[in-house]
Amino acid sequence: MTETPRATRRRTSVVGVLGEILITAGVVVLLFIVWQQWFNDIVVANTTRSEASTLSRELGRQTPDPVQSGAPATSTSPPVGRAPANGAKFAVLYVPRFGSTYQVPIAGGTDTTQTLNTGAAGHYDSTQMPGAVGNVAIAGHRTTHGAPFAAIADLRVGDHFYVQTADGYYTYTFRNLEYVKPTQVQVLQVVPDAPVVSTASRDRLITLTSCNPKFSAAERIIAFGSFTSWQPLSAGAPGEIKSIVTKG
Amino acid sequence: MYSALWRVLPGPWWLRVVILIALAAAVVYALVTWAFPYVDTFIDSPNVTVGSS
Repeated sequence: MTETPRATRRRTSVVGVLGEILITAGVVVLLFIVWQQWFNDIVVANTTRSEASTLSRELGRQTPDPVQSGAPATSTSPPVGRAPANGAKFAVLYVPRFGSTYQVPIAGGTDTTQTLNTGAAGHYDSTQMPGAVGNVAIAGHRTTHGAPFAAIADLRVGDHFYVQTADGYYTYTFRNLEYVKPTQVQVLQVVPDAPVVSTASRDRLITLTSCNPKFSAAERIIAFGSFTSWQPLSAGAPGEIKSIVTKG
Repeated sequence: MYSALWRVLPGPWWLRVVILIALAAAVVYALVTWAFPYVDTFIDSPNVTVGSS
């Protein structure tokens, strides 16, 4: 139909146009949700992965600069790096349970816009550095913004966390999950959940925090792991993550 | 609104459909590239840290 006679043409009504605008707005909002919850996650996760593999190569070129010197580091008494500046990516986290190609950068501090919303994991600057006696606490999104900790609830006892810094590979073994209120900062303590804040500890622990339930901020899901071993970068990546490191 | 858009488009119906699909694709591209990332900065994501931050 090329030339519709004017008389039969439907009159444009205000309500009609308003309806079309509202329907369009509804479709745009639905598109946004698809973008935010699914599409953008994949895009950010991919960017983060390539960032992590670039960082992994860079770490290999950096000169190790651990805090303590003297006794040579051993697999059970690892070197401890210096605390990074806020937002500075200083380590790469590998968790085979989170995917066969999973790797994500860890930045200093848990700033939302600077660190967490870029898809990276954030190191609580009030906690210890990898390898140190005490607790290495790391936060990451469980949904949206790349969702680095999307599969945190799938961890099984014995799963490994690998943290690569300029000082080497630190292997931690997953121990247990815990669900806490957002105010329960005790999970970050040197001795997590100890009733009295204690600095006396001989354990080297790692703590991952994310939101719980998914899409909510009502609670936090916490994953604890304990230190297993350390090896220098020159020794190559641990077997379980060798393919990820060399491929990247 | 959309009926007016349909009328101002040139050509036979199939060409108009092609133009409309191209237009829709351009709009979606603009939304995903600029609008959605901008809007996202105003939306709080679920907090993942314990403590005040």
